[in-house]
Amino acid sequence: MLMRMIRTVQLGLKSLLLHKLRSGLTMLGIVFGVFSVIAMLAIGEGASNQAQKQIVALGATNIIVRSIKPVEGSTQDANSGGTPRYGLLRSDLRRLQNTIPEVVSAIPIRELYREARHLKYTMQSRLVGCTPEYQDLNQLKIRKGRFLSDADRQTRANVVVLAHEVAKKLFPVEDPLDNQAIQVGEIFYSVIGVTEPRTASAAIGGSLSAQEFDKDLYIPIETFRARIGDQVFSPKQGGMDSEHVELNQITLEVRDVKDVIPTAEVVRGTLEKFHPMKDFNVVVPLELLKQAEQLRQIFNVVLGSIAAISLVVGGIGIMNIMLATVTERTREIGIRRALGARRRDIIEQFLTETVVLSGSGGLLGIGLGLITPLAFTLIRDFTLRFVLDGGTLSDTSKMFQEMQPVVAFWSLPLAFGISVGIGILFGLYPAQAAAKLDPIEALRHE
Amino acid sequence: MKLAAQVIDLQKHYDLGPVVVKALRGVSIDFPEGDFVAIMGSSGSGKSTLLNLLGGLDRPSMGKYILGGLDVSQMSDTQLSNVRNQKIGFIFQSYNLITQYTVLENIELPLHYRPGHPSVSAADRKKCEEMAIRVGLGQRLDHRPFQLSGGQQQRVAIARAMMNEPEIILADEATGNLDSVTSTEIMTLLRNLNDEGRTIIMVTHEPDIAMWAKRQIVMRDGVVFKEIKNEVRTTAPTAFAESSDKAFVEHELGKKPAGEGKH
Ligand SMILES: Nc1ncnc2c1ncn2[C@@H]1O[C@H](COP(=O)(O)OP(=O)(O)O)[C@@H](O)[C@H]1O
Ligand SMILES: [Mg+2]
Repeated sequence: MLMRMIRTVQLGLKSLLLHKLRSGLTMLGIVFGVFSVIAMLAIGEGASNQAQKQIVALGATNIIVRSIKPVEGSTQDANSGGTPRYGLLRSDLRRLQNTIPEVVSAIPIRELYREARHLKYTMQSRLVGCTPEYQDLNQLKIRKGRFLSDADRQTRANVVVLAHEVAKKLFPVEDPLDNQAIQVGEIFYSVIGVTEPRTASAAIGGSLSAQEFDKDLYIPIETFRARIGDQVFSPKQGGMDSEHVELNQITLEVRDVKDVIPTAEVVRGTLEKFHPMKDFNVVVPLELLKQAEQLRQIFNVVLGSIAAISLVVGGIGIMNIMLATVTERTREIGIRRALGARRRDIIEQFLTETVVLSGSGGLLGIGLGLITPLAFTLIRDFTLRFVLDGGTLSDTSKMFQEMQPVVAFWSLPLAFGISVGIGILFGLYPAQAAAKLDPIEALRHE
Repeated sequence: MKLAAQVIDLQKHYDLGPVVVKALRGVSIDFPEGDFVAIMGSSGSGKSTLLNLLGGLDRPSMGKYILGGLDVSQMSDTQLSNVRNQKIGFIFQSYNLITQYTVLENIELPLHYRPGHPSVSAADRKKCEEMAIRVGLGQRLDHRPFQLSGGQQQRVAIARAMMNEPEIILADEATGNLDSVTSTEIMTLLRNLNDEGRTIIMVTHEPDIAMWAKRQIVMRDGVVFKEIKNEVRTTAPTAFAESSDKAFVEHELGKKPAGEGKH
């Protein structure tokens, strides 16, 4: 039985090798079909890994509450005489911290986009008022000096930790830690630390915009309040724009993953009572994680289907060639039948040929698929360097920039199985057509 | 006398819709073992139809066909395939070798379709080689059909027909594409097989060729018109028979030192 199978496969190979170019071209359809199945799945897998990594980086036990500016005209102007007032309040922070037992910690930040200056060097930066916990929360690493301390908070010290980029820009020559200070607005801050470069986190499904850490300046949140205050002015066309914001973001850490989603509901409910304007937004990374998982499945199905279409096209190519082969070899079929080949033998012969064809195509496709990550990286780097200008990249492209396709191990046997299946599916009809030929007619052919 | 094959009131009708072509209209012939029959007749008289039925390539519309004591007239396609493989040896006018196969592979082909599909053993291979030597192609085992002359190709076909030791050998215009010298070679080969007891039924329209047989059956309009016994049969010139067959075999099998045989 095994011997016979080996022989049938040998025979199949032999007649395929007889028309190398034709077999090769026919195979190409399957090669690319299988390759695209593997590549699509690998890219899908890579993209979802990337998304997951970022969501996990946000913390699966975290709930992020951000202030959002309500639409024009609906702001509450009562206390600040024309200055729009919105967003999270320090009282919200206390309330959330004190009334929800599941909340372990609440980390507030206040942020402002301002120009930072040192001598003649300037840079547009994000001034972040935060607490020492902010460092762990965002996995910031310190290259030189130290991060903010509780003492800095208590003394409302005018100290600043510079993001790597900022340090480079403002201190091209000097050591920023060598008794240096930078100026933001009217205020000087002495530099106490510089962070390691940290890659930006991508935007997640519109609910959280991308966050770049390159342009950050970290100061104690108490210092921010004391020196800058809640009401800030920004130059605008024909005058000054002002707004009154206490906190821009509160990151809540919940004790247990299973409490995250119910707690998020409680947080929403609590805040809504005090914020009828809906000037806040609650983002739950865990929810995003679940959405991302669903998205990934949809992604895989869609990409898989696209790849499957190319496989079907490949299969049709094979069927076409096999039908031509059957016509071309009608005489041979007649001879074999006259010498005693049963219909089954003929079916077996042609089916084997098709399967050998599609199976070899599948193996080549798998070979190509395995180099997907490498090819992807090469093509991407080439595109980034020569085709796209790095500066114009959107957030999504940034994500694409860091993504690494991962060939899913299970996709290899799957792809091979599919290519063999395609061979059987599309080979059956030509093989049956061959077997159905009348031996006498077949012998008379040509 | 034991019958190799027997047809009784054999009929074959082709239903072409508006008309029914009656290619055979009641043919009864006995073929005793060791028979050598030439089937003659004008074109369209039903010779090929009869031969196809005898070869199990088709089933009669009516009548009976007994082959080696077995009624094959109503067998299934698979059963008929086995009958063709085991009991019939075909020789065709256009040789019908598989072009991508070597001489040896062509001769081996019927072995692959033996009932139960036993794999081809070393002994089987040896038998194929001996058969090739027997028909004078011992030096050309690895050649492909297009590298051989018509006569040589027909020898391959004869060797192939002999592989499963068939009950009857059927030849449809086996010499139709060959010149007279080559035809004589082929007929000599068939004659030798018949002399060894093999039953041969051949279709021909050449009276010369028919004279090699023991008897001639002349068909007309789908029935046997007459039967002629060949009182004087053609035989190969002795020298020719020697050279093309026996001497060659001895040479190939190494009974004589190489180079001494005439080739
Ligand atoms: N498959 C077929 N379909 C219809 N008619 C056929 C078929 N095969 C043979 N015939 C007819 O049967 C008759 C006998 O044909 P055939 O046996 O080939 O004659 P021969 O071999 O003596 O020349 C002819 O009239 C031929 O046209
Ligand atoms: Mg004919």
